[in-house]
Amino acid sequence: MPTDEAVTASRPRRKPTIDWGAAAIQAAPLVLAMGAALLIGAVMLALLGANSFAAYASMLTGVFGNMSGFTQSLVKATPLLLVGMGICIAFRASVINIGAEGQIILGALMATWFSLQFRAWPGWLLLPATLLMGFLAGAAWGFVPGFLKARLGVNEILSTVMMNAIAMQLMNLLLRGPLMDPAGVTAGTFLHQSERLPEQVWLPRLIPQTLLHAGAILAVILAVAVYIFLWRTTIGYRIRAVGLNPDASRYAGIRVPFYQALSLTLAGGFAGLAGVCEVIGVQRRLLEGITSGYGFSGIVAALFGGLHPIGLIPASWLFGSLLVGADKMQRAVQVPSALVDTLQGLIVLFVVGSALLSRRWAAQRQARQAATVQAKTAEVNA
Amino acid sequence: MTDIYSTAGLIGIIVGVLTSAIRLATPYLYAAIGEAFAQTSGVLNLGVDGIMLVSGFAAFYVALQTGNLWLGLLAAIAVGLLMGLLMSFISVTLKAEQGISGIGLYIFGLGLSSLLFKVMVGTVKTVVGFPPVKIPLLGDIPLVGPIFFQQSLLVYGAFLSVPAATWVINQTTLGLKIRAVGQNAAAADSLGVDVNRIRYFSVCLGAMLAGIAGASLSISLLNLFQENMTAGMGFIAVALVYFGGWRPLGIMWGALLFSTVNAFQLWMQVLGVKISSDVAVMLPYLLTIAALVFAVNRARQPAALNVPFERGTS
Repeated sequence: MPTDEAVTASRPRRKPTIDWGAAAIQAAPLVLAMGAALLIGAVMLALLGANSFAAYASMLTGVFGNMSGFTQSLVKATPLLLVGMGICIAFRASVINIGAEGQIILGALMATWFSLQFRAWPGWLLLPATLLMGFLAGAAWGFVPGFLKARLGVNEILSTVMMNAIAMQLMNLLLRGPLMDPAGVTAGTFLHQSERLPEQVWLPRLIPQTLLHAGAILAVILAVAVYIFLWRTTIGYRIRAVGLNPDASRYAGIRVPFYQALSLTLAGGFAGLAGVCEVIGVQRRLLEGITSGYGFSGIVAALFGGLHPIGLIPASWLFGSLLVGADKMQRAVQVPSALVDTLQGLIVLFVVGSALLSRRWAAQRQARQAATVQAKTAEVNA
Repeated sequence: MTDIYSTAGLIGIIVGVLTSAIRLATPYLYAAIGEAFAQTSGVLNLGVDGIMLVSGFAAFYVALQTGNLWLGLLAAIAVGLLMGLLMSFISVTLKAEQGISGIGLYIFGLGLSSLLFKVMVGTVKTVVGFPPVKIPLLGDIPLVGPIFFQQSLLVYGAFLSVPAATWVINQTTLGLKIRAVGQNAAAADSLGVDVNRIRYFSVCLGAMLAGIAGASLSISLLNLFQENMTAGMGFIAVALVYFGGWRPLGIMWGALLFSTVNAFQLWMQVLGVKISSDVAVMLPYLLTIAALVFAVNRARQPAALNVPFERGTS
């Protein structure tokens, strides 16, 4: 974790200079992790009897070879960005949120129920209200493990995993009962999906004939807002302080449990928004499997983006592309897209595993720089 | 349908619930006892669920192809060992943040088991799993016999692992070393204990037991493989370690509590009790959160849990 950033934030502003060496040390492990994962993926493809080259080529052309693949990658990047910024906030307070899957579901459920319930409302009122309610529903789902951690010391990783399973069952229950499409009931198909949402709550499509919706822009704006929140506000500063050094924060009078619970609640809220955007932006109704595993991919993207909301923007697009590429590859060379899930797991392992390397490199570089300064001072003195 | 209102029918149901409770405790027990080893040595392995999935698939596939259940079990253990080595390398050698490396291992295992299943098997197939073995004399006792002594070998093994683990952790030099590196790695190191080696051993032993847990699902309890068939069982097993206060016996009671709730829930569905199956399926997860809340033995938590060891830093 970049320990020097807290210091930079409190220092008076000066002309920003980019430290290319430090940036390279931060980025090198990511490139290595991605490279190693793709290499292992190539070996696995070969073992599965597919042509690794053709498979990867089909991914690339699938995403970048045409407009539809490209817009799809942005459509998938949107929930990753929303989920990921929540993961970043939680992580900065050293809270690990594995509960995004459940929080997405709660956001989606709330958006579906709310917009159908108040379908008479005009769009200018219904749309923001739906977004807000979805955020609150996700936040509530994040608050529970946050509260349990703060008050009772319950391990948040385990409780969030359990909250995911409970949310999943809750959605199954509602889609088989109260939220089931009445049209499906009369037609006798009993599909496990909701009614189509009222038209005024749909997010506008940015490019006609594609699924790319205004949620993508909203996500980017929010990422910048989260950056400002974390680095330019007192609450954000405290959240980061809690993560950097809980003991020092406690001595400084920061209520550590409160900020941990708050960060998990906010994380839930952003994941909830991702769920809202999926139902009002992409599907326009609630379907089973609405999360598409975004809750887990969002963690991968957040780690890859250096747990920084701005770094997360390109990272979520990268993983959005990877997910789209996986679908295209499945169709082109008949290798299940689960390959990409496997690779995502490896990328997580490699990224956290290589953190030690970048820490060592950074330390060595600092020692070298200190030695140079020392030598120069000695020269001047002599 | 069984007549639940006659005495004989009621006894039959109780025996049925308890028999399946003992059976269903098996995967929880193996996985949680294994996790107890890893955590006692100071490593939180959250990848148990992923290991169970890949091992469960390996056992199923080998049993399907060769018809030999023991080879299947061996394959599961081998997969567990490999994934344990990967976890230890990342968490012990590279000193990564353990919570995340475990989640990485889980995502990897979930993806890999689905991938291999889709490519190598494709459709739902079943194998003939480990048959029940009736223990002479004990198995003939009315009521108690069918519940405890007419189970499959893997079930007996799970319950035998409890005293075995208690003995290893509390009575052997190895156990002392495992506890020492989990409490105070620097002190253990200064006394000449190879911290990393003990942690590698504990994580790998735990992962092999998680492998058996996966196999017990796919070739002993359910006798089939499905994508994500564990449904979070590995995470519940990790929670059971907290609940059991890091003691094998406590873990066993926790596992039995879970499996009894599960068995009861399944029987309610069979008997057509008016309770939505979705609500019933939620029960184990709600119970896990409750168990974590009431896991009061936090004082027993290994002091160095989650803390990578680096010489000269503490």
